[in-house]
Amino acid sequence: MKKKSLLSSKIFMLLLMIFFYLPIIYTIIFSFNGSKSLTHWSGFSLQWYERMFSNSSMTEAIWYTITIAILATIISTIVGTITAIGLSKCGKVLRTAVERVNDLPILNPEIVTAIGLLMFFSALGLKKGYLTMLLAHIMFCIPYVMLSITPKLRSLDPNLADAALDLGATPWQALIKVIVPQIMPGIVSGALIAFTMSFDDFVISYFVTGNGVNNISILVYTMSKRVNPSINALSTVIIIMITAVLLIINIIPIIKERKTKK
Amino acid sequence: MKQFKTMAYPYIAWIAVMIVAPMLLIFMYAFTVKGNSVTTFRFTLENFINFFSDAVFLDVLKRSLIIAIVTTIICIIIGYPAAYIIANAPGRKNVMLILLITMPTWINMLVRTYAWVGILQDDGIINSLLQMIGLGKIKLLHTSFAVILGMVYNFVPFMILQIHSSLAKMDKSLLEAASDLGANRVQAFLRVTLPLSLPGVISGITLVFLPAVSSFFIPKLLGGGQYVLIGNVIENQFLTAGNWNFGSAISLIMAVIILISMYITKKVDKGEDAKGGFAK
Repeated sequence: MKKKSLLSSKIFMLLLMIFFYLPIIYTIIFSFNGSKSLTHWSGFSLQWYERMFSNSSMTEAIWYTITIAILATIISTIVGTITAIGLSKCGKVLRTAVERVNDLPILNPEIVTAIGLLMFFSALGLKKGYLTMLLAHIMFCIPYVMLSITPKLRSLDPNLADAALDLGATPWQALIKVIVPQIMPGIVSGALIAFTMSFDDFVISYFVTGNGVNNISILVYTMSKRVNPSINALSTVIIIMITAVLLIINIIPIIKERKTKK
Repeated sequence: MKQFKTMAYPYIAWIAVMIVAPMLLIFMYAFTVKGNSVTTFRFTLENFINFFSDAVFLDVLKRSLIIAIVTTIICIIIGYPAAYIIANAPGRKNVMLILLITMPTWINMLVRTYAWVGILQDDGIINSLLQMIGLGKIKLLHTSFAVILGMVYNFVPFMILQIHSSLAKMDKSLLEAASDLGANRVQAFLRVTLPLSLPGVISGITLVFLPAVSSFFIPKLLGGGQYVLIGNVIENQFLTAGNWNFGSAISLIMAVIILISMYITKKVDKGEDAKGGFAK
């Protein structure tokens, strides 16, 4: 009885993994296809990669996606950390009020946040493009950063910072040398979430951008109207980049662990 | 440490501008009609009346809800057993499986959804397989099936992870207690595991239903240009038709529907809790 259920659960998980990974593998394989077809294999070729790199809108989209993700991550991590620390010293009313407002972009459907920002930027008379996209990304990243830092701050012993002050540290030193190192895991995971949120964003970027400033998601969306295997090449580049980052993130702790063991 | 308080103030100004003001704009546009400038703000329900008196829009709304509900149900049917198997897997394997399920979610949704276009095509691998076993071709792409498949594909990891985290938190000794008291495995599951994992299912439902109702790129990519869900209507109003007032009203209607369904789910959850309490 037990063995049978073990087998069926193995088959179930296998099918699930095929479901999850089939599209990814399919994309990678067909990015090397010799013909334009998305269904028939006609020999190995790198032509779609060549086309991708000679297509300026694609290389631009990669550039915009990466620079916006890096800028949004740096800014939202710094602002999110500062605010989370400040807020932890504020009264309960103010704290819950900010948390509620922060929940809005997290809980609202993305399209609602997107149209709100679209109308807001146009009311301000801001030209849709790089700046509006960056501002929007910073706006939706900060709540996630704060969400991952706040629990770390809650479990922090408040006496530690006081002790540092008593021992003659300036508030700035207490902040940098005592508080920040202890909430570092929260800051790092917050930054990581911010980066992937920004890197992968489609809905909000799609509504707030303009003037030819496209990120990778928008490009895939607009190009998908016609059969275009360059999308597969672009997708493969993204898949490899993300997988590399994920592997590094998952391997670093293991290496660290081994080093400390030695 | 009170001096740190001021560090929060700039962000409070920021959210007032970047989060609260855009939300207020949606309300303002939804309750006014096109042509009204801000200075001649006049309250009207015209946009809402237009929406609810048009059969086409009501049809779209109905279809969006049905697709989202079906997607959510399928996600529970696939997600619960998966989460259960993962939660019962030994330590190393457990970590491995969680990693395997989260990995794809880190890759761009558009990219992963677009991959299905090739797979589902008339001469794609699924149809080739069907032909090989003699079932013949079925039109898959540009159908409701493709849209639901795309949604399940994108959102089922959320369901699995939510249910898994509530199962992982469960105290295993409760199951031992149940079997000591004479419950068989099925009874133990129904009376102990299932009720304790319900909060995970509930948060999984919210994480699936919400993006499923509002999604507009999955129906566009997999349903084809003619396939319209409520998200596509909003997209059209803003980016093609240019009627921001009507678009704002539709997104408010959608937000209210989501709020109501979240409220109902929470109520059902509470009801189950009360029953569980009674059984004790």
